[in-house]
Amino acid sequence: MIAVNVSRRIKTYHGFSMLKVDRVFENGSITQVLGVSGVGKTTFLKMIAGLIIPGSGKIVVNQEVWYDSAASVNLSPQLRKVGFVFQDYALFPNMTVEKQLQYGTDDNVYVQALLDMGRMKPYVGHKPKELSGGQQQRLAILRALSTRPRIVLMDEPFSALDKVLRSVLIQELKVLIKVAGITCLVVTHDAFAAGEFADETFEMF
Amino acid sequence: MDWTPIWLSIRLSFITTLILLVIGLPVAYWLSLTNSVPKLILEAIITMPLVLPPSVLGFYLLLAFSPQNSLGGWLQKNFDVQMVFSFGGLILASVIYSLPFMINPVKSAFMQVPQSISEASYTMGKTRRQTLFHILIPNIKSSIFTAAVLTFAHTLGEFGVVLMIGGNIPGVTRVASIAIYDSVERMDYPAANNYSLVLFALTFIIVLSVFLVNRKLVKSPLE
Repeated sequence: MIAVNVSRRIKTYHGFSMLKVDRVFENGSITQVLGVSGVGKTTFLKMIAGLIIPGSGKIVVNQEVWYDSAASVNLSPQLRKVGFVFQDYALFPNMTVEKQLQYGTDDNVYVQALLDMGRMKPYVGHKPKELSGGQQQRLAILRALSTRPRIVLMDEPFSALDKVLRSVLIQELKVLIKVAGITCLVVTHDAFAAGEFADETFEMF
Repeated sequence: MDWTPIWLSIRLSFITTLILLVIGLPVAYWLSLTNSVPKLILEAIITMPLVLPPSVLGFYLLLAFSPQNSLGGWLQKNFDVQMVFSFGGLILASVIYSLPFMINPVKSAFMQVPQSISEASYTMGKTRRQTLFHILIPNIKSSIFTAAVLTFAHTLGEFGVVLMIGGNIPGVTRVASIAIYDSVERMDYPAANNYSLVLFALTFIIVLSVFLVNRKLVKSPLE
């Protein structure tokens, strides 16, 4: 269970605004995070991952305090070890597809299984610049799963995929997430169809 | 033609570049992380040799390391090290003089790597050090190569600092640029011409190699 109760002043195009989140995400659930541009969806994900420090509040994950402004607790991103799919993919330009996954795990069987799921087997030796936008996005998703995280945070993870591939990948990803009991938050500008991927919706204002 | 000044110049440039690679990379990385006021001050100090007349730097180094003064005297008394008019002094002066040539381009290269790439590594449980060695350095290696080559070439051509702190001792501190000056002073123009031609050819090859290597690089996703 991820219990988030934080607030932070964020800079927007129209000046500063207050980002407030008070919400509990159940273990094993997939939640789609909706909201207009600039509302702070990415900032919210980064606060959970430990990449941005909230101004005040508390983040508790399965009884473990990850952030508590009052008690000056702030677990590093390395200790939180969430899977994170960045909007710009953030792939490592110097590594091949296979190396990117091996950077997260020594389990080669698991790496091969991930490559299979993402239809990336033919491109194992390719570097990011040699991949199409859709392939890069798939690799970003697979890499986020490579560390076998308990929580996966995804920032617009399917935006560059064509319809057919998107639907196939979403189905398989959902199975993997559910089997592994991963808690997943997906920021998306385009809401999923009912039952397609997300169990719950969290709308940010 | 006496080749000793040329070899001395090459040796000085090589050692200086090696030292700057070791100390320059971590300093450049540290400077790239944030922009606090102390860091800006340090950056300004590192950049000073770019704009300062080399003789000014050489003069202060000469004063600081002269055995009559506190630092130079302390070094000589405790470690039996004499920095002025020695090859060691030349290395120290060259390291300081070439600092901006190594640190500034490498720092800019670190800053051009999107922050999300480091963040991705952190969320995968990797420390800053692991991220630096496995992700950041491999992705800016062409900038590191360029910085190292320019540092080498810059040290090869330095004159003012070297003359001030090293003087003109044959086989010890008489590097190629000093040998040119010395030859002209003695009206030995053919010798000056020989040294100049060798330096010209060496630096041209070095600069050309930078262009050739950078030309071969395919545009990376970082650009």
